Amino acid sequence: MHPSRRPVTLRAIVLSILVSVVLAACGGGGASELGPADQGTSPPQATQREPGGNPPSAGGDIPRGGTLTIAYKDDLATLDPAVGYDWTNWPAEKMVFDGLLDYDDTTNLQPRLAESMPEVSPDATVYTFRLRQGVTFHNGREVTADDVAYSITRVLDPQTKSPGSGFYTGIAGAQDFIDGKADSVSGIRVVDPRTIEFTLESPDVTFGNKMALNFAFIVPKEEVERLGENFGHNPVGTGPFLFREWIAGRQLTFERNPNYFFEGLPYLDQVVIQVGVEPEVALLRLERGEIDSMGDPIPAAEFARIKDDDAWQGRLTSAPQVSTIYITMNTQMKPFDNVQVRRAMNMAIDKERIIRLLGGRGTVANQILPPLMPGYDQDYQGYEYNPDQARQLLADAGYPNGFSTTMECIAVEPQPKLCESFQQDLSKIGVQVQVQTLAASTVIADGGTEGKVPLVWSGGLGWIQDYPDPDDFYTPILSCVAAVPGGWNWPWYCNQDLEQKAQQAIGTTDTEQRLGLYREIYRTLMDEAVWIPVYNGQYDIAHSDKLVGKETDFAHPEHTIRYERLAKQP
Amino acid sequence: MRSHTDAPLPDADARALADAGSGTARGAVPETQFTLAWRHFKRDRLALAGGIFVLLLVLVAVLAPVLAPHDPAEQFAEGLTLDGLPVSSTLPESAQFPLGTDQNGRDLLSRIIYGARVSLTVGVLANVIAVTLGVLVGALAGYLGGWRGNSIMRFTDMMMAFPTLLLAIALVAVLRPSIWVIIFVIGAVYWTWIARIVYGAVRSLREREFVTAAVSMGAPTWRIVLRHLLPHLLPLVIVWASLGISTNVMLEASLSYLGIGVQPPTPSWGGMIQQGQSFYRAAPWLVIYPGLAIMLTILSFNLLGDGLRDALDPQQQRR
Amino acid sequence: MIAYLLRRLLFTVPVLIGISLITFVLIYFLPADPARMYAGPNASVDAVNRIRTQLGLDQPFYVQYGRYLERAVQGDLGYSYQLQMPVTQAILTRFPYTLQLTLAGIFVELLIGVPAGLLAASRRSTWLDGTSMVASLIGVSSPPFWLGLLMLYFFAFRLGLFPLGGAGSWQHLILPAVTAGLGGAGWYARMTRSSALEVLSADYVRTARSKGLAGGQVLRRHVLRNAINPIVTMVGMDIPWFIGGVVLIETVFAWPGIGRMMVDAILTDDVPLILGTVTFTAVLVVVSSIIIDIVQAMLDPRIRLR
Repeated sequence: MHPSRRPVTLRAIVLSILVSVVLAACGGGGASELGPADQGTSPPQATQREPGGNPPSAGGDIPRGGTLTIAYKDDLATLDPAVGYDWTNWPAEKMVFDGLLDYDDTTNLQPRLAESMPEVSPDATVYTFRLRQGVTFHNGREVTADDVAYSITRVLDPQTKSPGSGFYTGIAGAQDFIDGKADSVSGIRVVDPRTIEFTLESPDVTFGNKMALNFAFIVPKEEVERLGENFGHNPVGTGPFLFREWIAGRQLTFERNPNYFFEGLPYLDQVVIQVGVEPEVALLRLERGEIDSMGDPIPAAEFARIKDDDAWQGRLTSAPQVSTIYITMNTQMKPFDNVQVRRAMNMAIDKERIIRLLGGRGTVANQILPPLMPGYDQDYQGYEYNPDQARQLLADAGYPNGFSTTMECIAVEPQPKLCESFQQDLSKIGVQVQVQTLAASTVIADGGTEGKVPLVWSGGLGWIQDYPDPDDFYTPILSCVAAVPGGWNWPWYCNQDLEQKAQQAIGTTDTEQRLGLYREIYRTLMDEAVWIPVYNGQYDIAHSDKLVGKETDFAHPEHTIRYERLAKQP
Repeated sequence: MRSHTDAPLPDADARALADAGSGTARGAVPETQFTLAWRHFKRDRLALAGGIFVLLLVLVAVLAPVLAPHDPAEQFAEGLTLDGLPVSSTLPESAQFPLGTDQNGRDLLSRIIYGARVSLTVGVLANVIAVTLGVLVGALAGYLGGWRGNSIMRFTDMMMAFPTLLLAIALVAVLRPSIWVIIFVIGAVYWTWIARIVYGAVRSLREREFVTAAVSMGAPTWRIVLRHLLPHLLPLVIVWASLGISTNVMLEASLSYLGIGVQPPTPSWGGMIQQGQSFYRAAPWLVIYPGLAIMLTILSFNLLGDGLRDALDPQQQRR
Repeated sequence: MIAYLLRRLLFTVPVLIGISLITFVLIYFLPADPARMYAGPNASVDAVNRIRTQLGLDQPFYVQYGRYLERAVQGDLGYSYQLQMPVTQAILTRFPYTLQLTLAGIFVELLIGVPAGLLAASRRSTWLDGTSMVASLIGVSSPPFWLGLLMLYFFAFRLGLFPLGGAGSWQHLILPAVTAGLGGAGWYARMTRSSALEVLSADYVRTARSKGLAGGQVLRRHVLRNAINPIVTMVGMDIPWFIGGVVLIETVFAWPGIGRMMVDAILTDDVPLILGTVTFTAVLVVVSSIIIDIVQAMLDPRIRLR
């Protein structure tokens, strides 16, 4: 999940998009890439010439040169890949840095700085990567296995204060290093200048995905040490673009890396990221041709207008997000300790109206996992919208006259308006909801405080995948481990059976068996009705007709926008 | 009267207050002058207009349930287009919504009518807090004088060095937004101005015979403040009451506009603008009408306050 | 004069300590947990605790405050969690924008307010007088964010004359400056009018007029000279008002100034940034009032700095 670091419209909801066409091709939800056996044996799809799938535009000559200007609402916090953790800075970081692994046009892993996919031991505890030869940092020095070891160790180092350190604590010896009992991480071993080996405490089939996260991007030690805390504002990496300039609060400039190791990439000469531009304004600038694309979602009010407009044909890229937006019910607080009440709540929300309030962007959610996530349960129907039955359930549970309760929401549009809709829906079954619109930081603090808040609307804080694996919806937000003060399990629901099943699943290398376990887990959670899943988001990106690229380059499931693969017609 | 350590103004209206203070502080107004003042006031057409509008506003707020065509919280199914956009009043099928609907499909007119309640409640009650605090602190400091009075005013000065709006935002963030918190916070950030003006007024009153006489007769301090000083501050308080309300209405609207105001579904004009502004193309009325309501309310309280100041202070330049 | 300055500067020390202390107390009671905001959702509770220790947030209140003061004296206001840069650097990059907007806004206020006030005074009790006074009150009574939205809608969106918010060129500055200035212009107009009326009815002006001095000359020689002091005072009061109150205009116009940064900081619980910016604005307020005092003393020999 990418946290919303500031109270921002929809920003946090949007990271992950899976293009439906691709998904259809994958049949069972793109699950096959998950097993380590597959990862180890599948032939690298990328050639030296073309990483990340096929050439950008469908055939023909791809124009070269030009400047892409894109506008975002918020300034970027940092371009240090160990520190940055939201969806505006991730694609920007990807311009400057590379990881060992990356994704193709969809969610299949493929090598990037690594020469090939890693060798994985049969029990999924030892991962061995071999580096591509002759890759240099922007300062001219060649990348070695020591840099990889340094970069991952740096993320674990408490001094770095990396929000992503939790992804790598499964490496053997990581905890001792963090606690100061060891000077290095014993599970990270440099075999030779081009080979590095990671040993894990316990089997983890998702380790490859974790090595494709931005946190695992490779940084040059000498530059990090030279720049100190300014590294995030003067990043030096191996990536397709060189960082050029950062005018705080206004814009960032990146220039083409002429020595990029993938010959031919990138196509653009320059990328300019404007910041501090409200989405409404960004859209107008786009209409006037002042910018090439907008990074934030199109405001709902505007989307309704332009989606049927001929002038926008071919300039809108729509893709469903791998996200579920939901209401959590605190199962430790009355009356939500009663499962009947929670079920009644699930039947009281008019989700269709929510979709309408969103301008039609999104689909009604009936379960925890979004449809594009491996493990999504096609056969599960969920709770139907039925206020009468909800009232009946409430009466059976001992609340014939309903009750009063509180819901917290983020005070940034459109969240308050959605919460007002819930308020009206719930009042129809006799539940009087007092809506509190607050800053994101406050909502997060309250959700993680025991017995503090009965209902939380996750809009604006929404759960988005970090990597395409169903575990990403369990361990961080629904497990017993997360049901602690300061945790993210806001229903405060802990079920030891599920905990064991999840443990079992993460070490299961057989994909079908593994997904089966997750289906059981999520069915139980829905039966226990700890959430009201409301909708699955949709991502729409608007761009000028001069920009050339495939849909997946504008709206990639893991990277949102892939600057390196976009081109611009003169 | 503007002191040399003048600190940030809560709002432009406070500048008017400084004028008000300077006017009344110069001479205490004997109570008999109120009749004179009323005669002045009656002739001031703008002030009368302001006063009448204020009265109307109070009526609208009180009679909201009678006047509003709909429940302000009801979200109509027909209040939204199929694309989820607000409905314009110009369409024949939406004649039941005289000013159109808002982003949730609610009747905008009803929400504006009910919004008057919030604005007036906050404006008046926050004023009560600010005036009470300010008068007490200012009068006390002015009466005590010496190092004690001085240190009280130094503290006041320090509070004034805070940027008002930001102090209010921080306070609301800590206390969590609700109408009562908003009232308290607005009162808590604006008392300094009244304290400063009352202090000046009391300092000059102190030198006058009737106070010196009371002191020489051995009256206790609190009694002198209550019986002799406060009544003479009355004109000042009346002027502030009017100008202060406009300042408070503005601050409430600003906080709500920043998304940390009165909680939904209670309609607040500032909040309505915030929620409606992204519809500026599809439904510009969501910004225009609530803004007009704020503007007219503040304008009429300003006109009223101006008129009162002129009427209560014969030395003031007259129009 | 120098003794006066020293005394004033000395007084700023307790003010700043008081302000930072009050802010610190307020922040201490903010409901959110900065360490958790910093750590992000996947961070384990252990990781959050580690970050809390790193940031010194596990220390008792007075220790945290003491450390803060100690470093602040050395010019180190801490490191912003959200912006990932030193607070001093963040303030220095954003402040020029706010200053720009403040100066431009005051310029607009003077440009509209003073002539309007003079005009109203010289056509006293005519429709011109009435209209300009009512107009100035309307300006004063309009919420700046609303005025700004209307400006954007008509002049930037409908007519396309100006950019739709943001910063970068002089065109970007015009709408926010006019929005900021329209509200304040009303006060300048009213004040200029009343001080002009005061002068016009004074004996020496009547004399000057009877001696045949033309209207324009009277205005220049006597009226403006008399009005300049209250105008300077008003400008002095405006500067801090702008710095603290320009938040709304910066929000509407996406102007990358210090006010917007401060609101963001408060809403995201970025403790060092809140403390730094609030203290910084307080310094500005105090310093600008000192400067105004000096300017007034220079303009008006009757005022002595004591």
